[in-house]
Amino acid sequence: MTENMHLTMMKGNEALGEAAIRAGCRFFFGYPITPQSELPAYMARRMPEVSGTYLQAESELAAVNMVLGAAATGVRAMTSSSSPGFSLKQEGISYMIGSQLPCVVVNIMRGGPGLGNIQPAQGDYFQMVKGGGHGDYHMVTLAPSTVQELVDLTMLAFELADQYRNPVAILGDGLLGQTMEPVRFPGMKEDDAEKDWALTGAKGRAKRVITSLELNPENLEAHNLKLQEKFARMKANEIRWEEYLCSDAEMVVVAYGTAARIARAAVDAARSIGYKVGLFRPISLWPFPSAGLARLAQNGVQRFLDVEMSSGQMIEDVQLAVLGQAKVHLYGRMGGVVPTPREVLHEIQKVMGGEAK
Amino acid sequence: MKQLAGMPQAMSPVVTHYCPGCSHGVVHRLIAEVIDELGIRERTIGVASVGCSVLAYNYFETDFVQAPHGRAPAVATGVKRARPDTVVFTYQGDGDMAAIGTSEIIHAAARGEKITAIMYNNTIYGMTGGQMSPTTLMGAVTATTPYGRGEEAGHPYRMAEILASMPGAAYVARTHVADVGNIVKTKRAIKKAFELQLQGKGFTMVEVLGNCPTNWGITPSEGNAYVMGEMLQAFPLGEFKDVTKGV
Repeated sequence: MTENMHLTMMKGNEALGEAAIRAGCRFFFGYPITPQSELPAYMARRMPEVSGTYLQAESELAAVNMVLGAAATGVRAMTSSSSPGFSLKQEGISYMIGSQLPCVVVNIMRGGPGLGNIQPAQGDYFQMVKGGGHGDYHMVTLAPSTVQELVDLTMLAFELADQYRNPVAILGDGLLGQTMEPVRFPGMKEDDAEKDWALTGAKGRAKRVITSLELNPENLEAHNLKLQEKFARMKANEIRWEEYLCSDAEMVVVAYGTAARIARAAVDAARSIGYKVGLFRPISLWPFPSAGLARLAQNGVQRFLDVEMSSGQMIEDVQLAVLGQAKVHLYGRMGGVVPTPREVLHEIQKVMGGEAK
Repeated sequence: MKQLAGMPQAMSPVVTHYCPGCSHGVVHRLIAEVIDELGIRERTIGVASVGCSVLAYNYFETDFVQAPHGRAPAVATGVKRARPDTVVFTYQGDGDMAAIGTSEIIHAAARGEKITAIMYNNTIYGMTGGQMSPTTLMGAVTATTPYGRGEEAGHPYRMAEILASMPGAAYVARTHVADVGNIVKTKRAIKKAFELQLQGKGFTMVEVLGNCPTNWGITPSEGNAYVMGEMLQAFPLGEFKDVTKGV
């Protein structure tokens, strides 16, 4: 693929792969699992063309730890999976955060718990933004809702990972991964940043050690405080969201990713029949755009409708953000059921009562 | 004047945390001497595992990364694929490699990753207080086999022979460090493994039988006798794969 100004028709999973390559990622360690399998397949085909490495690991555990090894040498590396496989990545994610190693991890969610099914779902919100692995940690989690945004956020993810020396997650679902849309790619970016911590062999310098182990409690607390300071900087600088028709809204739908896309159509439909409804779409799920939601509540939005393809996980963050200033309703579908705009509109009407004008 | 003795440059001038009489230090030193002799200290990256040798990165003057339990071969794969010009070795115990890390070591060998895996097999989990490991001998009393390892806990198995059967293996040997002659032989095996990695021949591994006087509850000399007695019966020495010899 050449650098282009024109649009290319591409599946989400493949566009994600191309975006990673454009961002300078040359090391991809994968393992097959539906509905993300087009991503490793794309990397297997594409990496040799850019002198990169695609390696199919023996498990998600091995794949994420290969990323750990590659990242330790200072290169841009990525792995991807879907819900059950992403559970296995948690070990490596915790270690990489403890070791301050940058990388990008991708979770294209499917129905759960357990093996669940292979349909689109959003049941991994808690796992992604509330920890997932062990220890006190956070990682920036970006939730695109279109293939173009998936491309843009993947490019951003690599920048943020390097900037903070921390893994960054891309959180999509099977629908986003499988959807074909026209996308525009930026040009190739060189990963040429000098990393003064990377393992390259101790040539003409003192040895470098990358570890998450610190046996002395005071020292480990000091290390944790340093990490916390970093998380605080992420919280100050990396909050992203989009508001749609919120300025005069009496009620606001809150949704991310695929659910937000559906909710947007429902909001348009609601507007067309006279409801003053807006959409608040968190783009960064961690850090969560609490201030934006709080401002809407302070400005008089009395009702929020949280729409998720889960039992209602993000709703806890929405409730925390509005702190009792507004009522937060839930419309959650589970098991890989994707709600239709009509169903969401019906929920909007239920919350609004007979107030259409 | 030729210096006949001294600390290898690749070894850090620090006191280790290993118990008195433990052979981990001997194996560390052999690796450091090999690194010195091959002149590769400045291009070597070690991968520490979890267990007694978790702090191995404090004892080598090379770059080092510490891996999650059992995953050292996967981490080493990532390092080597990203920096093919480096020399990469893992240092793992029998619990790390033969229990939780079985998948990672088998597949690193099958893929022929150009790394060197050193396994210190003392038939026990040392760091956690002397529990049974997959290589614990039948009948042996440990914290988790208080009546001796019985049938219900399975039988010890031979990691070196398994890895030697992998298509990507270039060199696989088992040695011990319980007497001087075999310490010298162990160094030869480790050196060969590193040399074949440097030549890009494939995956290399040396399983070193060593003692654990503390968790075995015996003296170091009794421990070395156990290595050369019962352990050698269960884990025969040998070079099970050597592409340079067609073995």
